[in-house]
Amino acid sequence: MVSLVLKDVGASYGRTTVLSKVAIELLTPGTTTAVIGPNAAGKSTLFKRIAGLISGPGVVQLSEATRGDRSICYMPQDTGSNAVLTVYESLLLAAKQDGGWRVRDDELFEIDAILKALRIEDLAFRGLDALSGGQRQLVSLGQALVRKPEVLLMDEPTSALDLHRQIDVLEFVCAIASRTGMIVLIALHDLNHALRYCTNTIVIANGEMASSGVTTDVITSAMLRDIYRVEARIESCSRGRPMIIVDGAL
Amino acid sequence: MTAVAAEAKATGRDQYRALAFRRILILAGLACALAVSIATDMALGPANYSLSQVLSALFSPDTVGDQLRVVIWDIRMPIALMAVTVGASLSVAGAQMQTILSNPLASPFTLGISAAASFGAALGLVGGVAIFPGAVQYMVPVNAFIMAMVAALFIHFASTLRGVTVETIVLLGIALVFTFNAALSLLEYLASEQALAAVVFWTMGSLTKATWDKVFVTAAILLVTLPFFIRSAWALTALRLGDDKAASMGVNVRRLRLHTMLIVSLLAAIPVSFVGTIGFVGLVGPHIARMVVGEDQRFFLPGAVICGALLLSTTSVVSKVLIPGAILPIGVITAFVGVPFFFVLIFSNRRRAW
Repeated sequence: MVSLVLKDVGASYGRTTVLSKVAIELLTPGTTTAVIGPNAAGKSTLFKRIAGLISGPGVVQLSEATRGDRSICYMPQDTGSNAVLTVYESLLLAAKQDGGWRVRDDELFEIDAILKALRIEDLAFRGLDALSGGQRQLVSLGQALVRKPEVLLMDEPTSALDLHRQIDVLEFVCAIASRTGMIVLIALHDLNHALRYCTNTIVIANGEMASSGVTTDVITSAMLRDIYRVEARIESCSRGRPMIIVDGAL
Repeated sequence: MTAVAAEAKATGRDQYRALAFRRILILAGLACALAVSIATDMALGPANYSLSQVLSALFSPDTVGDQLRVVIWDIRMPIALMAVTVGASLSVAGAQMQTILSNPLASPFTLGISAAASFGAALGLVGGVAIFPGAVQYMVPVNAFIMAMVAALFIHFASTLRGVTVETIVLLGIALVFTFNAALSLLEYLASEQALAAVVFWTMGSLTKATWDKVFVTAAILLVTLPFFIRSAWALTALRLGDDKAASMGVNVRRLRLHTMLIVSLLAAIPVSFVGTIGFVGLVGPHIARMVVGEDQRFFLPGAVICGALLLSTTSVVSKVLIPGAILPIGVITAFVGVPFFFVLIFSNRRRAW
C-alpha cells in the first residue's frame, strides 16, 4: 500500500527560498488531504516539489514506488492550452507518454470510462481551446486520472467550477481515492470543502508548514485569525456538520 | 437520452478510430499529390517531354535515348528531389520550433537562421572570405552553413540560460534577423556590381544548382533526425499542453526543448545553405499540416514532412510554367503559391490555425 512521507522538504527559485521545512506523513491510503493557506503561501510550490518538477532540500519518500515517475501526478492550476488537439487526444497523450505509436483498444476504453465518470463524454471531440474554464479543469482531472497515479496532487481543482460541479468533482475524487487507495492532496481555498471532504489538512503560510493534522483539529477560529486574518466561528449546522461562518476581516 | 439514442451514438473509441483513419487518408492523399507533383516537375523544362516519356526514362532508363536520360536523371531529378528534401526539412524544422517555443511565428526564417546563412554566403560572394579555409570550391554553402549554425547555436545557448523564456527566444530570433539583414545590406553596399548580382540571386533562393550530392546530404540529415522526433512524438505533443503539465506527465521539458532545438538547427541550416533563402515553407508548411491533421505528432510530423515537400514541389512546377523557357527563383515564387492556399485555409474558418 502506498504512503507518502515528506522530511524537511523545501524549495527555492534561484536564491529565493520559497518553501522550507515541510514534514508530513500520509500513511493511510485512500485518504484525501487538504492543503490550505493564503495566496502565494507556497502551496503550488509544495506540489511541484513533491512531484519532482523542482528540486530542493529534504526527502520525498514514497513507499513501494512501484511505477517510478508515473506514481505521482501533479495537476497544475493553469490549464489553458491553444493546442490543436481534441479533449480525447489530450487524454490519450497523457496515457501514452511511456508507450509507442500504436494505440490499443483497451487504452481507448479506459479513456471512454474516465470521460464517462467525469460526465464529459460530450466534450470528447471538442478542441481544447473551445472549453470553458470549468470544462478545462475537468479535462485536466481526466488527464491526471488516465495515468492512474498513486499520489494525486490537485492544485485548486474546483476554482472555476459551479457549485454542482465542485461537489461532483470532490465527491468523485474522494470516491476514487477510497476505491483505489490513491493518496490525494488538494489545494483548496474553500475551507468548508476541506472540512467536508478531507480527512487531514495541512496549513502552509509564508513558505512554511504552520500546522497539520485531522481537519477538524486544524481548522479552528484561532487558525483562521492567525493565518487568514479573519474573524470566524466554526459551528455545527442543523445536520451536524461543522461549518465556517466568517464575521469579517481583521 | 433514450436507450436507443445512447446506443446509436458511437463510443469515443469508435469516433477516435474514425478520426485517426480520416487523418491517415488525408496524409495518403497528400502523398499522392506529392508524387504527381514530382512527376510533373520532372516532365517540365525547356525541352518538353511527355509524361509517358518521363516515366519510361524513370523506370526503364536503358530503353530511352541518352539525351532524355541525362536530362531526366542528371538535371531534372536532382532539382525535383531537392525541392522535396528541402521543403520537408524546412517544414519539420519550423513545425518543431513552433512546438517547443509554443509560438506560431517560429520558423527557420523568423529565428534568423536564413538571414545568417545569407550573410555567410554574401561573405563568400562579395569578399571571397572562406570561414572554413579547407573547402574553397564549396565556400558559399559552407560559409552559409557555418553562419546558420552560429545563429542556431546562439539561439540554443540563449535558451539554456536561466530566466530566458520561450517568448524571449522568439524576440532574440527577430533581433538576429535584423542584425544579419543589416550586415548583409552593408556587404551589398560595398559589393561590386557582379558580386551584388550574385548575392541578390543567392538570397532569392534557387533549386537550379541542385546536384545529387546535395540531395543526398539533405535527405540523409532528414532521415537521421526524424527518428528522434518519432521517438519523442508523445512528449512533443504533451509540450503543447504547457510545461507544467508536460512535466507532470513525466516529460523532461528542459532536455527535450534543448535537444529539439539542436536537431532543428541542423535540419534548417543544411538546406538553407544549399538553396538560399526560402522563407515561407518553414512557417506555413507546418501550419497547413496542423490545420488538416491536428497536433498529435504521430500525424503532425508526417503531415509537416509531406506538406513542406508538396509546397516546394508545386512551387518548383509553378516557377517553370509561369514564364515559358525560364525558371524563376523559387524563393520568390513560394509565397505566391503558398499564400493563396493558406488564406483559403484560414478564411474557410473550419479549422483553427493556432
